Amino acid sequence: MSEQLSLLPGHLAGHLRLTLLALGLGVICSVPLGVWVTRSRRAEPLVLALVSVIQTVPSLALLAFLVPTLALLGAPSIGFLPALIGLFLYSLLPVLRNTVVGIAGVDPAVKEAALGVGMTPRQQLWQVELPLALPTIMAGVRTAAVWTVGTATLATPVGATSLGSFIFSGLQTRNTAAVLTGCIASAALALALDGLVRLLEQGVARPRRRGRLVLALIGLGALVLLALPRDLTAFSSGSRAPIVVGAKTFTEQYILAQLLAEQIQRRAGRTARTVESLGSTVAYDALRSGQIDVYVDYTGTLWSTVMRRTGDPPRRAVVLGEVRRFLAEQGISLVAALGFENSYALAIRRDDARRLGARSISQLAAHSSRLRIGGDYELFQRPEWARITRSYGLRFADRRSMDPSLLYEAIRTRQVDVIGAYSSDGRIDSYDLIALADDRQAVPPYDAVILARPGLAAEQPEVVHALARLEGALSPEAMRRLNGAVDQRRESPRAAARRFLSGSE
Amino acid sequence: MIELDGIGKRYGDAWVVERLDLQVAEGEVLVLVGGSGSGKTTTLKMVNRLVEPSSGRIRIAGRDTASQPAPELRRQIGYVFQRVGLFPHLTVAENIAVTPSLLRWDRARIDRRIDELLELVELDALLRDRRPDELSGGQAQRVGVARALAAEPRVMLLDEPFAALDPPTRDRLQSSFLHIKERIQVTAIFVTHDMTEALRLGDRIAVLRSGRLLQVGTRDEILRTPADAYVASLVQTPRRQLEELMALLDRPASDPSVPAP
Repeated sequence: MSEQLSLLPGHLAGHLRLTLLALGLGVICSVPLGVWVTRSRRAEPLVLALVSVIQTVPSLALLAFLVPTLALLGAPSIGFLPALIGLFLYSLLPVLRNTVVGIAGVDPAVKEAALGVGMTPRQQLWQVELPLALPTIMAGVRTAAVWTVGTATLATPVGATSLGSFIFSGLQTRNTAAVLTGCIASAALALALDGLVRLLEQGVARPRRRGRLVLALIGLGALVLLALPRDLTAFSSGSRAPIVVGAKTFTEQYILAQLLAEQIQRRAGRTARTVESLGSTVAYDALRSGQIDVYVDYTGTLWSTVMRRTGDPPRRAVVLGEVRRFLAEQGISLVAALGFENSYALAIRRDDARRLGARSISQLAAHSSRLRIGGDYELFQRPEWARITRSYGLRFADRRSMDPSLLYEAIRTRQVDVIGAYSSDGRIDSYDLIALADDRQAVPPYDAVILARPGLAAEQPEVVHALARLEGALSPEAMRRLNGAVDQRRESPRAAARRFLSGSE
Repeated sequence: MIELDGIGKRYGDAWVVERLDLQVAEGEVLVLVGGSGSGKTTTLKMVNRLVEPSSGRIRIAGRDTASQPAPELRRQIGYVFQRVGLFPHLTVAENIAVTPSLLRWDRARIDRRIDELLELVELDALLRDRRPDELSGGQAQRVGVARALAAEPRVMLLDEPFAALDPPTRDRLQSSFLHIKERIQVTAIFVTHDMTEALRLGDRIAVLRSGRLLQVGTRDEILRTPADAYVASLVQTPRRQLEELMALLDRPASDPSVPAP
C-alpha cells in the first residue's frame, strides 16, 4: 500500500493536469460556441448533433483512435496530447448543451425588456442572458468535470499518466490496493472538483457571496499547484532527459519494463522512467516515432501484426532473423533476445485433459465442438488464430473475449473450458492447467526481444550496450517464476525485477 | 413631440400597418385603441424601433429616429409593456437603475433618482432591495413604470401596461398614472384594447382597425361624433355596460342573484 501511496502525487498531478486543462479548454470553447448557436437557428441542430456523436463514441475508442490520427498528422501521438484532445472533446457536450438550453430558457419578456431599456445586443447577452443562464451553464460544467475526471482514467493506455495507471496495472497484476487507490483517488477528485465548481457558481451568481468565491478560487488554485509538473528542477539543472521504457498491458510487460529501467540505471548510469499499459500497436508506433526509447515485444506479434505475414511461420531462428532485418529497415534495432518465448498456448484443466485424453491440440480437436473457449481481446482477430483453427480443424461451441486478467478465473470456475493462455504465464501451473502441445507448429514463435527506437544506438550507445547484456538472460522458467511472484504472491513488478537482477549477478 | 409620417409595416406581402400619420404634442398622452390585429402594438414598437418600419419616417422633437443607433434612441424613450419584463437577477433598485447606468450617470445621481421614482410610483422605499419574484403584480408594474421613467425620457411608450392586472389593481395603477402625468410633463403613446381605459387616460384617442387609422380625436369628439359604425360600437360598449350595472343596482335587494350594494 505504501508503494501505491508513493506513486500517488505523480499520478494525481498527471490526472489533474489532463482534467483541468481539458475542462478549461472545453468551457472556453463551448460557452461561446453555445452562445453563437443560439444566435443561429440553422447551426444549432447541426452543432448539437455533432458533439452528441462525439459523446456516443466509447471513450476508450475515442482516445485510441486519436493515436494513429495524430501520428498521421506528425504530432506527438502518445501520452499527453491524445489524452488531452480526447477529454476536451468529451467535455464539450454538457457545457455546450447547457449553454444553449440556459440561454434559450431566458424569458422572452426579459429579453425584450433588455432591448427596450436601451441595451445593445452585446449588453443584452452579458448583463441579462448570461447571468440568467449561469446556473444552467454551471450545472453543465459540473457534469463535464465529473465526466472528465472519470474518463481521464482511460488515458493510461494511450500513454498519459493518470490515476488510471493504478487501475490498469492493478487489474493486470491483481493488486487490489493499487486498483482501490486509483478508484478512491479519482472519486475523491471528482467530488472535490464538483464541489469547487458549485462554490464558484454560488460565488459569482447574484447575490454575490464573496466568501464562497474566495474559497472556490483558493481550492482551484490548490488543484492547479498540485497539477504543476514536479520535475521542473530536473530540466533547469541541465540533466539529460530520462530514458523512456514502454510496457504493454500485462504483468510480464510491467516486470520487463522495470527490468529494463533498472538495467539502464545500473549499467549505463542513466535515469529511466516507464510508460505503462500501452495498447499493443500503440507501443510499436510510439517506438517508431521516438516517443518511447525501448520496450519488449515478441517476434510472433511483429511477424503477424506489424509485418502482416500470413502463411505458415518458419522455424524460430528464421523468424527472428527476418524480424531483425525488417526492423533494421525501419531504423529500429533489435537489441537482444531475452531467452524465453511467450506464445499463445491453448490450455485446459488437468481433469479435462485426463478425461478427454488430450495432451496436444490435435487430440483436443475432436472434442472442440462441445467446448467453450475464452481469449484476450486480440486472440480471435489475430492471423495465427485463423491458422490454428484451420490446421487443426477446430470448431468451438462458443467463444468469448475478456480481459486477460479474468481468463484464469473463467476457466477455474468452469465458465469456459479452453483458454488462450500465454506460455510464460506462471498461472498455467498454479491454476493446475495443461498447456496443449502445438504438434502441427501452427503458432509462430514468440521470442521476447528488446527493441530500441531509431537513432538510440547512435545517440546513446551506453544504453543499448547495457541492454544488450540481457541477451539470453531470462529462461522460460525464470520468466514464469517472476510472473508468478507478481501475479500470485503480490510482489510489485519493480521489486521482482530488482530481485532478479541482483540475484543473477 | 412625436410625428409619425406615412408609417407602415409589411410582413411578406401583408401590410399590418398602412401609411399612418399621427402627431403627439408635447405633454400629451395619445391612446391607441383597437382590437387584436389592429396594428396598435406594431405602431408603438416602430417608435422605439423594436420593429423597424417598412415605410415612412418618425421624428421625435424634430429628429428622425432612424438617424441614430437604436439602443441610443431607446435610452431616451421609456418603455412599459404588459409582461413587465423586470430582470429577475437584479433588485428593484438595480432594475430602475439600468438605463441611467447604460447612460453612465454617476452613482449618487442614480441613487437620488431611485428615491424620487419610488416615491413617484408610490412604492415603499423598503422594497428597494427586493427581487422581482417577491413583488405582487401591481408592485412589479409600478417598478416597470419607474424603470421606464428612470433616465428622464422625453417620450414614453406604454403597451397595454395594466391589461394583465386584476381590476382593482388596474384601477389603482390608472389613478397613479394620472397622478404621475399631472406631476411631470409626459409625452406618451399608450396602447390599450380597453375603451374605458382609453377614455380615462387619453388626452386624445386614435382608433385603429386592420392597420388603418379610423379616427383621431379628443375624448369628446370620439364620444359624440364617432367616425364610423366600428368606432361607435367601441364607445357603445362601456356605455352599455355602465347602464346595465346601474340598472342592476336599481333592482330590489331581495333578488338573490344580486348581492346587496
